[in-house]
Amino acid sequence: MISMIPRKHIPLSLTLLTPTIAIILTLLFGAGIFGLLGFSPLGSLYTFFVAPISRPDQIGDLFVKACPLIITATGLVFCFRANVWNIGAEGQLVFGAIFSGWMALSFPHWPAMTLMPAMIVASIIGGIFWAMIPALLKVRFNTNEILVSLMLTYVAALFIDWLVRGPWRDPMSFGFPLTKMYSDAALIHRIDVPFVGMLGQLHWGVVGALILAIFGGFVLSRTILGFQIKVMGDAPRAGRFAGFNPNLITIGVMAIAGGAAGLAGMVEVSASMGQLQPNVSFGYGFTAIIVAFLARLNPVGVIFAGLIVALAELGGDHAQIALGMPKVVTGVFKGVLLFMLLAGETFNRYHITWRHPAPMPGSREQ
Amino acid sequence: MEALMLTVLLTSVPLIFAATGELVAERSGVLNLGVEGMMLMGAVSAFAATAIVGNPYLGVLAGAVAGAMTALVFSLFALGLATNQVATGLALTIFGTGLSGLVGAPFVGGTIEGLPNLAIPLLADLPVIGNLLFNHDFMAYLSIGFLLAVGWFLRRTRAGLVLRAVGNSHDSAHALGYPVLLVRFCAVSFGGMMAGLGGAYLPLVLTPHWSEGMTAGRGWIALALVVFASWIPSRILVGALLFGGITIMQLAGQARGWVVPSQMLSMLPYIATIIVLVVIARNREFALANSPACLGRLFIGSK
Amino acid sequence: MKIKSILSFGAIVAVASMAISALVGITSITAAHAADKVKVGFVYLTTPGDHGWTYAHEVGRQQVEKHFGDKVETTFVENVPEGPDSARVIRELAKQGNDIIFTTSFGYMDHTIKVAKEFPNVKFEHITGYKRSTNVATGNIRFYEGRYVQGVVAGLMTKSNKIGYVASFPIPEVIQGINAFGIGLRSVNPKAEVSVIWVNSWYDPVKEADAAKVHIAEGADILAQHTDSPAMLQTAQKAGALGFGQSSDMKAFAPKAQLFSSVNNWGPYYINKIQQLMDGKWSTGDGPDHWAGNTWVGMSDDFLVLSPFENMPADVAAAAAKAAADIKSGANKIFTGPIKDNTGKLRVPAGKTLNDGELFTTLDYYVDGIAGKIPG
Repeated sequence: MISMIPRKHIPLSLTLLTPTIAIILTLLFGAGIFGLLGFSPLGSLYTFFVAPISRPDQIGDLFVKACPLIITATGLVFCFRANVWNIGAEGQLVFGAIFSGWMALSFPHWPAMTLMPAMIVASIIGGIFWAMIPALLKVRFNTNEILVSLMLTYVAALFIDWLVRGPWRDPMSFGFPLTKMYSDAALIHRIDVPFVGMLGQLHWGVVGALILAIFGGFVLSRTILGFQIKVMGDAPRAGRFAGFNPNLITIGVMAIAGGAAGLAGMVEVSASMGQLQPNVSFGYGFTAIIVAFLARLNPVGVIFAGLIVALAELGGDHAQIALGMPKVVTGVFKGVLLFMLLAGETFNRYHITWRHPAPMPGSREQ
Repeated sequence: MEALMLTVLLTSVPLIFAATGELVAERSGVLNLGVEGMMLMGAVSAFAATAIVGNPYLGVLAGAVAGAMTALVFSLFALGLATNQVATGLALTIFGTGLSGLVGAPFVGGTIEGLPNLAIPLLADLPVIGNLLFNHDFMAYLSIGFLLAVGWFLRRTRAGLVLRAVGNSHDSAHALGYPVLLVRFCAVSFGGMMAGLGGAYLPLVLTPHWSEGMTAGRGWIALALVVFASWIPSRILVGALLFGGITIMQLAGQARGWVVPSQMLSMLPYIATIIVLVVIARNREFALANSPACLGRLFIGSK
Repeated sequence: MKIKSILSFGAIVAVASMAISALVGITSITAAHAADKVKVGFVYLTTPGDHGWTYAHEVGRQQVEKHFGDKVETTFVENVPEGPDSARVIRELAKQGNDIIFTTSFGYMDHTIKVAKEFPNVKFEHITGYKRSTNVATGNIRFYEGRYVQGVVAGLMTKSNKIGYVASFPIPEVIQGINAFGIGLRSVNPKAEVSVIWVNSWYDPVKEADAAKVHIAEGADILAQHTDSPAMLQTAQKAGALGFGQSSDMKAFAPKAQLFSSVNNWGPYYINKIQQLMDGKWSTGDGPDHWAGNTWVGMSDDFLVLSPFENMPADVAAAAAKAAADIKSGANKIFTGPIKDNTGKLRVPAGKTLNDGELFTTLDYYVDGIAGKIPG
């Protein structure tokens, strides 16, 4: 007989151990899949997870790949902590890119000193704007934020496609779907690391992402707002008794997540593309969900989680170039990793024994 | 016009399957957001089985089994280990999308002989509606059969009553001695099977191909349909036809020269979903009358 | 999480990954780089299994391997999205010692240019773009030539005078194709009209099939496509309509419906450019006419090939063969005036032929015979 008893206190060792075990189990699973596909399991793991970061410039690229994931996941952590299921970060990211792109394309002659802050603010507003639709509908009409935010992702993707192919198309692009190139002031530049030089494509946005994640950690653990969010997530009833306004919390966390996703969109375009194109996000919003969980919904953990998931993405490309392995393997990895993490969560929260304890049926409000 | 309506009917069949299955799972109190992943697994399995064996009926079976197997993964985590249902469902979609792409990689670009139409004798000869309603493939009839059967099962059978009881209050159901987790496991498996069938319909009838992510959000629309139907099976039919109609209308509108950017037309099914969710949610009594009270809540019982 | 715990978390991850790398490092083998071989890299948008665009490039790559044998070593990377990932993949291919890299989709343009600056000794060939630099050449096929012939056949074959066109995105190459189709159609049939459905995708079998069904439901009996899957042709066959295949010969998918396919034949182009590289003669061949890329060739050089004419009477096949021969010989340049748009306005006066630049910059209208307006 299996029985699950909720733990009163989660030991620190478990907190750290479960993600590690989840990663190791995922690697074992991955090795099994490689074997099934007819590749050498160990050699494939090497190609997947070690070879892509064996040069300094590749480590820089790893941070670049992780950058939008870290920014977006930091925001999502707030949502998920409050039990608000925003899975439309992908669309919010696109709207951040659109709003900041509007600034960049409208005011190309502004100096970086004014244009860059304006773009950052615009991207955050854009992301919040798109996140407010599911948030307000949820608060006002009690519609399901999961479905609304997801449907808006499809709408956002089509909307930017229309903009770039239609009204915002560069007249000098011969009808091809690209906007004008951003002016130099609108670009995020690469970092010239002292004594080392350029590290791959490592850019200043990465530094911003790290600062943002640490700041997010501070807000969540050290401020009243963070406290309210956690209480509303863990025990909504207690939160209501304490006088917290659940609607305000919902709107607040959606704004944080939307703003962060929007910022990620701006950083990605300004650092890596230099102009708007029909597709500016490649699943970052969805992958960031896994990052948030891998981080155990802790903003600082998001940095490590973002790097690990980014490594899996880079590994997918690398394994394809080196071994001819189909790229979709990465998707399977991501799914399995998320399952393992969720299972780990259970082992964290409950003490699982094989004895038959005193019967204690019951449910926990989610 | 008749040909257009026929196309609408075909487009709505996968939604009927997936939404009916999810409705049963949700009525038992389980929110499985992995419909998209299960549909994709059903689609790729149906295609692969048909491509290898050459019999589309075997493809139907393969799609159903694959969907149920994928749901098993969900049950293992969300029921067995009481993981968060929302997150587990998302994981299932990510996992199913990836795995279906991996399994399907060798089949991209291949083609199969899909399901043939089976005209119902006499009825199919009726003017207009004969061809529209009684000259379809096996799965189209099956979807309606399942829809009716589920309606009957939930309302008229004892097992249906137990399922609803589990969904409305798992604590009371448990106290009465009903096997809560077993009931939910069965409901989720049924939901998976139906999603698998819905996915299988794409390569077996709509287009004889496999491509990565070919469901293009239909799984999510099916989830919205359950809310739209306010958990009542017969209303799924209305919703599915509505969405099928919008999907086809955006193409027909272009063919007829509507001067609206095609991207705006392509947005319609998704925007319509949001509008429908709002309209339904505004009327709380209507929306929540049949909503299972324990939807998405964890149940930790001794097993 | 406290700082201490974060650090130990990081440490665990680090130790775990080091352990794995140590374990695996022993067994890993690095392929020796044979210096005398020319290494050729290809970047693909989708997978070669698409039977459309990428498949045609894959056929070209195989022709390269067959032609040069041991003298080349080719690598391809599939499913590369048209974003920053593509820059990384192209860079990786360059770092791995590829001497020439073909990037086979428009969206790789700026990324190819960017990476090319970092690797001045590597040659790059960008397909379908218009930006070049000292080590980036561009190449494209005159796809529209085949579509003129399609228009001729459609005009002769249609009974309902309604023709359905399933299109991907309104970019120049697609607009050129639609208009060439219309000009071909009007050359033989003054009444027939083409309606266009945009599916906003290059490869979406479900939506392509849906669009085909809608066209047929609206009365079309001939279908054409500028998308990559054979779904449209299969739908046509099921409904008893006829149509044209795209990029590769799609006869196997719809033997009773395919009139013919316009087949992209990249092999000769690739072989030519690789040979130039081997001979030290590779160049971007920059000319004064910068618009379309320096290698923009079509039926005259067999870069665009028409599959056999089928499912049509002999006189139609003969008319098609004549139209194809005239294009091949250069007698028919297709975009030669008088060309009227579909509102009746004269756009190209008699005697004038649009040059390559004008094909990209002036075609913002549908010609007579095409219904509706170009979106965007």
